[in-house]
Amino acid sequence: MSEAPKDSQHLRVANRRLATRLTLATVAMFAFGFALVPLYDVFCDITGLNGKTGRIETSEVRADRVDTSRIINVEFVANLNGDLPFRFEPGIHKIQVHPGETRRIHYVAENLTDQTIVAQAVPSVAPTVASRYFNKTECFCFSQQTLAAGERREMPAVFVIDPDLPAGVTTMTLSYTFFAAPGSDPVALAAIPDNHR
Amino acid sequence: MSVTSHEMQHDDHHGKPYGITRWLFTTNHKDIGTLYLWFSFLMFLIGGTMALVIRTELFQPGLQFVDPHFFNQMTTMHGLIMVFGAVMPAFVGLANWQIPMMLGAQDMAFPRLNNWSFWILPFAFLTLLSTLFMEGGAPAFGWTFYAPLSSTFGPPSTDFFILSVHMMGISSILGAINIIATILNLRAPGMTLMKMPLFVWSWFITAFLLIAAMPVLAGAVTMLLTDRHFGTSFFDAAGGGDPVMFQHVFWFFGHPEVYIMILPAFGIVSEIIPAFARKKIFGRTSMIIAIASIAGLSFIVWAHHMFAVGMPVAGELFFMYTTMLIAIPTGVKVFNWVSTIWRGSLTFEPPMLFALAFVVLFTIGGFSGLMLAIVPADFQYHDTYFVVAHFHYVLVPGAVFGIMSGVYYWLPKWTGNMYSMKLANWHFWLSVIGVNLTFFPMHFTGLAGMPRRIPDYALQFADFNMLSSIGAFMFGFSQLLFLVLLVRTIRGGAKATDTVWEGAHGLEWTISSPPPYHSFTTPPQVK
Repeated sequence: MSEAPKDSQHLRVANRRLATRLTLATVAMFAFGFALVPLYDVFCDITGLNGKTGRIETSEVRADRVDTSRIINVEFVANLNGDLPFRFEPGIHKIQVHPGETRRIHYVAENLTDQTIVAQAVPSVAPTVASRYFNKTECFCFSQQTLAAGERREMPAVFVIDPDLPAGVTTMTLSYTFFAAPGSDPVALAAIPDNHR
Repeated sequence: MSVTSHEMQHDDHHGKPYGITRWLFTTNHKDIGTLYLWFSFLMFLIGGTMALVIRTELFQPGLQFVDPHFFNQMTTMHGLIMVFGAVMPAFVGLANWQIPMMLGAQDMAFPRLNNWSFWILPFAFLTLLSTLFMEGGAPAFGWTFYAPLSSTFGPPSTDFFILSVHMMGISSILGAINIIATILNLRAPGMTLMKMPLFVWSWFITAFLLIAAMPVLAGAVTMLLTDRHFGTSFFDAAGGGDPVMFQHVFWFFGHPEVYIMILPAFGIVSEIIPAFARKKIFGRTSMIIAIASIAGLSFIVWAHHMFAVGMPVAGELFFMYTTMLIAIPTGVKVFNWVSTIWRGSLTFEPPMLFALAFVVLFTIGGFSGLMLAIVPADFQYHDTYFVVAHFHYVLVPGAVFGIMSGVYYWLPKWTGNMYSMKLANWHFWLSVIGVNLTFFPMHFTGLAGMPRRIPDYALQFADFNMLSSIGAFMFGFSQLLFLVLLVRTIRGGAKATDTVWEGAHGLEWTISSPPPYHSFTTPPQVK
């Protein structure tokens, strides 16, 4: 940085220019705070951190790549977030699959209240190192599920494990957590009598 | 119009205005510095009172004095007020008083902006404090306001909290812009950047941290606001968001923030130790490089606050090693302070006592920070009183003692009066004993597993908690001595000389004590 400016006219210009730059830096950092949101998602998608699973189109599945020499245990877990008044469980708790093989499973959800509830299932796969090899072609978690009062619904999920799965992985766990969709009033949900939960 | 009245008007324009309007409309850096310092002292007492409510409840196991929800409001408000209301404004106050005088400038670069950045603060904190009287109570989710505690489950007063955080942020950013402009454009002739006093250097770097970090906090509270009221799902998994992302965004601000609260203290101590050791600071250039490296590293270590969220091993290792890397520039600073003391002709006036206590006790806080940086150990320490001990060691005998040593160092310059050494020594010893009695036992209760932010605890922690509470009352009430000392010194006392301290060097000591209302109307020549 050069010598401090001497006369007052120059000083005024220099001060104003510096203040403008620093204000722009402030605005840029405010924007960066928001940019962290997509950056974080992209980072997790690329690395498979945070248990985020992959999604592929049915046409991308290649039947010729089934690796019959390996058997992977896939376990299914169901969770409810907070006080969501659902009954929610996997149709089958554990299956064995070959990498590359397309399998169809289902979960069962039941709305225990006398009002319609919109909910969203969020998947997660453990171990996280394997999560990006776990690809789904069809899943009830791709969209929100609207369950009418007392409705019971079988919901399918179709998945295929990428044959490039690291050799050490023999067991994977797929977990779904059902959340009340944003906008559904948690206070109203909490007001549902205990015997309905 | 007579000549006399014309002259009076002329005097009014250049002299000191009187009454309340002097303080409301002032653009004078010294007045604004005084306002900042008194404001932060008031907040220190309010936040301290809340700490004493917490310590009263924790004096014995069981629930005796306050209900748990109010206890949570106290921990939350105590944190917010101490961080944003006490420590940060105190440093800005010291910057306002000192930076123009240390650089040989007449005032700050933007005096009117300076007025505004101060006067936002009382409104921000009135808003924040008013939440205590609202239905549903004040925010009770901790000063870190993690979602969904603050989004889905936050009380209605959370919106007032968000507004007040926005206001504090604007105030800090305006202050930072002002400080950078003052430093870059208003230095006296001959005062090159590398000749600047270390206090000015530390603030120069801190101001950039503020500009980089505070807008991210503003972004975090804005996302929280839209999540609460405008149907977005930044932190709501059901809508595609992620509550863990809140922690990432928050700590991306939060870690630089902790250095915002300590770097100016480094600067103050680097002024005081050479003055009372009667030596030049050891390794001046390395001190500046160390501050800059700490500031740079502070942006890539944030996730060490959230090792327990379930990060992948690669992430935990990255954040563990970068965190430990900070110990190197910090170690350089401690080494340089100790080397400055080495074979100096030391005297132990109050500013030096506080500065020496700072070096020792801040280093203890630094070491417990290193322990927390170790991922497998952190799983045990996370959210225990060990963490409380750690950050209170770096903030109370760290940042707060740094501020106090600065006030004791420059107060005779500001007021023209010398304070009572006896009272100052009493204040120091009661504070240093009180602070250690309060926070040292927390290391033990934390290692033994006592969780933080809980109003009750298991019986085996009873003795240590009783000690902590006694220490807290000792520390809290000894601050009233400081208040008495300040008021008495402002009102009168033995006249201070212009140099005040035998070993003090720098432009601020070349002008009278107290300094003229407008100092350095013609810039001094620095050799």
